[in-house]
Parts: sequence; structure tokens; C-alpha cells
Amino acid sequence: MAEEVKLKVTIDGISVEVAPGTTILNAARQIGGDIVPPAMCYYSKLEGSGGKCRTCLVKVSKGSEKDPRPMPKLVASCRTTVMDGMEVENITSPDVVDARKAVVEMLLINHPLDCPVCDQAGECKLQDLGFEHGSAQTRYEFERRTFERIDIGDKIQLHMNRCILCYRCVFVADQITDKRTHGIIGRGDHAEISTYIQNVVENDFSGNVIDVCPVGALTDKTFRFKNRVWFTKPVDAHRDCPTCSGKVTLWYKGKDAIRVTARKDEFGEVEEFICNTCRFDKKETSDWKLEEPTPISDQSVISSNHYTHFNPPAVIENNPVLQEQNLEQLARTEKLK
Amino acid sequence: MARKLLLTHIDVPGIHTFEVYRQKGGYRAVEKALKTMSPDDVVEEVKKSGLRGRGGAGFPTGMKWSFLAKPEGVPRYLVCNGDESEPGTFKDRFLMTHIPHALLEGMIVSSYALGAKTSYIYVRGEMMPQIRILEKAIEEAKVAGFLGKNILGTGYDLEIYVQPGGGAYICGEETALLESLEGKRGNPRIKPPFPAIAGLYGCPTVVNNVESIAATVPIINDGGEEYAKIGIERSTGTKLISAGGNLVRPGVYEIELGLPVEEFIYSDEYCGGIANGKRLKAVVAGGSSVPILPTNLILKTINGNNRLMTYESLADGGFQTGTSMGSGGFIAFDEDQCIVRNTWNFTRFYHHESCGQCSPCREGTGWMEKVLHKIEMGHGDLSDIELLWDIQRRIEGNTICPLGDAAAWPVAAAIRHFRDEFEWHINHPQDALTHNFGLAHYADPLTPIVS
Repeated sequence: MAEEVKLKVTIDGISVEVAPGTTILNAARQIGGDIVPPAMCYYSKLEGSGGKCRTCLVKVSKGSEKDPRPMPKLVASCRTTVMDGMEVENITSPDVVDARKAVVEMLLINHPLDCPVCDQAGECKLQDLGFEHGSAQTRYEFERRTFERIDIGDKIQLHMNRCILCYRCVFVADQITDKRTHGIIGRGDHAEISTYIQNVVENDFSGNVIDVCPVGALTDKTFRFKNRVWFTKPVDAHRDCPTCSGKVTLWYKGKDAIRVTARKDEFGEVEEFICNTCRFDKKETSDWKLEEPTPISDQSVISSNHYTHFNPPAVIENNPVLQEQNLEQLARTEKLK
Repeated sequence: MARKLLLTHIDVPGIHTFEVYRQKGGYRAVEKALKTMSPDDVVEEVKKSGLRGRGGAGFPTGMKWSFLAKPEGVPRYLVCNGDESEPGTFKDRFLMTHIPHALLEGMIVSSYALGAKTSYIYVRGEMMPQIRILEKAIEEAKVAGFLGKNILGTGYDLEIYVQPGGGAYICGEETALLESLEGKRGNPRIKPPFPAIAGLYGCPTVVNNVESIAATVPIINDGGEEYAKIGIERSTGTKLISAGGNLVRPGVYEIELGLPVEEFIYSDEYCGGIANGKRLKAVVAGGSSVPILPTNLILKTINGNNRLMTYESLADGGFQTGTSMGSGGFIAFDEDQCIVRNTWNFTRFYHHESCGQCSPCREGTGWMEKVLHKIEMGHGDLSDIELLWDIQRRIEGNTICPLGDAAAWPVAAAIRHFRDEFEWHINHPQDALTHNFGLAHYADPLTPIVS
């Protein structure tokens, strides 16, 4: 058996060997940590996605061993494949940081910062991106575009105000649903996601457009405003489903599962798309075989209230009363598991 | 009198018909290529000619053809880009209207060289007269045996179809054109893969401009080396220029590359000077997307040499003091024209035409338009100039396709060379509102500010 060819790529000084055809973004994901470029439109499970939002721009300071010339422009890391010996600058390049800051500013022109009421708060990639690369103030002083909310089907609501036109839901409609009922109409900043006139999105897998939306444009009507995500407790569960894998995350509020989503990986991408029956119609614990609490990064706001070990913040380290209360909180949380 | 290759018989009545075109020596290139040359010979002649793409980018045509992948059993396509939508550019439309057979002859020769058996002429949807003219020309060529099965008994088959586009500027970008041709939304594809590897329907495809394809006819007729003798240095041959704006004689001219810009503007053979005895203020030399230059920089390079109508001379100095041949849309502005208003107008176009796929172009073009509109309407602030500069800087180079650059460059050049006019607009809002933007606010309108 021939030896597998590996290409060496160095990102922000950290080297990794990857298979040919791997993109810079996925190479960075293999390394992990802060050097992973953000991605609003790329979605590993959706073919052809990526390259549009421009948040993942990186600088290729050395093309390859054979041709060490740098690439003249910043490139979209999600669509640029690595070459052997390639050197990439991500967070170490001021140009990249500046470009990313510019993209955030552009995206926020027509995306309201209504996080306090938006259902995506806590799971919003743009929120994270804005926090890391945004400015305290916008320089945009003109009227934003606004839309009425639209129910596209009885379970999904579209709020175009928040849409950043990442095309992910369009790819879902194209690639995993049995009939195409929605897409993009208009062009430029007049473009909008729309169903065919007065049509609805209704097929077994249509609910997945909610999971892939990186912002709060497409939301689950069975969950909207029932709770904030950080007050819920995600638990992995499964069931024998004739339509999909049946592997989901149940989001508990107390004893009630108030939302069902597909399971997501560390980059917030669905591991396996799920059917609408699992998502919308199976919300009783008895419908499911529970597995374990969903692993949530302790950097995520969702991890608040989900203590897995006693780790008091510095402020209460020297306060016995608060320490006691913290232990009680931990005990209560453990009991709920 | 300058030498003409494409417009030699433009004044002959009926030259748009097959009969007259043939009488004037038309389709000799097809006969020569198909009967006496191999496809590789044709490619070689085009390489020798030094022909550069006439659509805007100026990439060597022969080299582009040689990149075409030739896998076994996979069709190859030639697509003629007749979408021509750049403001100020109308030379391809002129060619398609008046000498459609020149394009068809070039299509046959080029298709033969590339091994394409099906070729498309993609024409902007609004150009219905041109579409009908081309369809009629195709019928005539077919009846005469220059198209269809077994052309001239050589065994070579070729079908050419005219495809109306969706009427979007972005469909002139080659990958968006291919998407549109496939019946999809005209969004640019992310490169690589380039069309030469995976183009129309995933097959190897060459996309060439109308004028580039038509230029292969004299190359085959006279030989690549003869063609290369016309023009200078790396800018060989002749070029169609669509001249507009405040000129005495706007129109489409065929020039030999290397002609001094000054001669093109002022000589009686070409534009005949600035209309109404006005002075020249600025020129956009290659369609609205290329940087605008003030008079002294468009007539002379920064070194004091004459600026020539060549790819190299026009670009001399880069973005600081140069511009680009672009698509050949030459727009002259006299001393009364408002640069701010003109820049706003161009930006309004790019905002309208942005496909909306990538964030910087989608949002940035609209933002620039609004800021420019604000300044033009007399509500601007001096900090808006810095803001505009910053927005264009953040669009340029960060988008999927060159539309972002095309939107950014005119704004950058206008600020770079006419910053004082922007400041005047802001400081004299009432005058700006009444369009009183004559020479009053200028110390010397011919002295640009170049940092």
C-alpha cells in the first residue's frame, strides 16, 4: 500500500501535516485554538459552501516550497487548499485582523445588535465575531433595511433583518431536502432569502435550515422566546427514527425538553442532519434514550449554570459564605443531570 | 491615416450581410485555418501575435488558450463574452451590430483552435437588436457552409448559439457568465478551479471578449508576426476605443496601440478635442472601473513622457499616477464636470450591480454610494472623505470577484486626485446643491493633488 501523501502547512507558526485537498481552514481546525479562522458561511457538511462572507480571510505569506511567493491578496481560507510548505498568517497578521474587522463592520450594517431579544443570543457566531473583532461604535449613519417577519411554514420563522446572506439555508434546501422551495431573490444589498411566492418550507428535513443559520434570521417557532439558551441544559439523546439518525440534543428547562436540535461539533456545525419529526414533534423525555450532558465549551455562554466541577471564580475564592453557596449550586446542578 | 484591421470595411454598405462581407474578403481566415493549419498552428499564431484580451484584464489570449485542459472524451467550449456592460464602453456592441460576421469568423477560427464543437455568444439581454443580428448572421453562415456539420468539407463540425443574458453587469465576469449560461443565478464562482479546467457544465472552457475573438481573423489572415509589428512593446495590434463624454466627436475608433493619448483626444482623425471649446479636466481611460486621471497625468506620465494608448503606458505609476486600458471605454470630462457627482454616479451603478454574494461588496458599495450622495447633496462632513477612503480600502482585494475592486478604484482615484473638489463640496453646500461647481473653487483645475 502506497504511503499516504501529507502536506505540511504552517499557520501562525504552528505546523501541521494534512491530506492533499485540505483547505487552510480545515488545516487550522486540526490544530485548533485561537488560530482557527472564523467562518460564517462555510459549513463543512454543505457542499460548495464558503467563500462568501469573507470572515475567514487569511494571508498566505509563502505559497509553497516549490513557489514560495506570497499570494498577492488575502484569500478565503475555507476555499483555498493548502500546498506543501505553505505558510499562513491568521491572527498574527495585522492585515488579516484589519480585514476581519472590516467584514464585521460591513456585516453589522444590516444586522441589528438586538441580542437582548434575539433568539440566537448565546449561539450566534456573529455575536462572537463582533465581540472579538468589532468596534465599539459603528460609522454607518444611514437607515438600515427592515423587513416584516415571515412564517415560512408553521414551524420556521424568517426575520430578514438579521440575515447576513450566508447562503447556508439555501444550500440545505438544495442538498438535503427533496424539493427546492426557497432561495435568494434580488441582488446586492437588496438580496433577501425568500420562499417562492407565498410558498412554505415543508419537507422532512426543512428544520435544518434553522440549525445552519449562524445568526437569528431563521428560528424555531416551537422554541422562540420560550427561554434564553443559557438557562437551558443540553443533553445528548437518541431514538430509533425511520427517517434520520435520530441523534439529537435535547435542551431542558427543568424537567421539560423545550427544544430539539441536531448535535453540533465544536465549530457549531451539525454532525448529522435530523428530520422534522425528531425536531418538532418529539419533545417528551419518554421519546428518547438519554446519553449524557452535551459537552459545551466553557468559553460559551451556554456553559453558564452547567457546573461540572467545583471551580469558584477568583472573587469568591476567599469568601467562605460564597464558597458554600457555590457548592450548593454545584450540588443542585449535579442532581439535575 | 492609421491602419485598421477590424473596421476596415465599416463604411461599406451592407457589410453586416454575409454576401458583402464575403465579397470584401471575409471568411478567408476560416478557409485558411481549417484547410491549411492544425489547431495547434492557430494557437501558435495567436501566441506570436501578442494579442491581449480586449475585455479589460489584458491577459495574453494565446497563453489563455494554451491553459485549456484537453481530457479525452470531454467536450470543450468557447464562450464569447458579449455582455459588455461597463459604463462608457460600447465598442463590442458596435462590432456586433455593424460587422457581425467578423465576430462569427473569429468564433469559427477560435473554436477550431480550441477543439470546441459547440460555442456560445453570450450577449447582454437588453441588446435584442444585436442578438437578432447575430442570429441572422449565424443562419447566413450556416447556409453558406461555414457553420454546422463538416464545414467546407474539412470534417470539422461547429454549432454557435447566441444566448441572451439576464441583464446584470456581474454576468460579464467570466464565471458569473458561465453560471448564467447554465441557467443559474449569475453569481461569480470562486476560483480555482479556473474555467480552462472546469468551466461551462464543468468542462474546459475559454471565455473571450468579442473584440479579442474578432482580432483572431486578421491574425490568421496576415500571420501572428505581422500583427505583432503593429503597436509597441507588449501592446500589439489595434484596439477599439469607445470614446464618450465631452468630446467633439465621440464614437468608436480603431487605433493602433501606442497612439499618444493627447493625439487621440485632440487630433481631427479621432475625437477632435473637447466640445464647446472647454478645457479637459479629467479622463477615465478604460471604462468606469478604472482610475480617473486629471489632465496632466492622462497626457503625460509622472516622468514627463507622453502617455500612450498602451497597456503599459496607461498603467505607468500604478494606482498613484496611472490608470488602465480596461475595456476601452474612454470618457473625457471637461472643466465644468463635477467629479463628486460623477463618482457618485459610478458608485451608484456598482451598488446596483453587486451580486450580493460577499459581504464587503454587498454592503460596502451601498455604503459608499450613500456617503457620496450625502456629500453631493451638500450634507457632507470632512471626515466623510476619510470614511470613503477607508471603505474603498476595505472592499478592494477582499471580494470574490473583481466587481469589488471595480467599485473601489474610481472612489480611491477621485479622492486621490480631486480631494480638493470633495472638500469644496463639503465646505460650500449651497453651491453644490445648485450645481455651481465651475472653476470658482479651483486655484488651478489642471493641477492635481497627488500624494
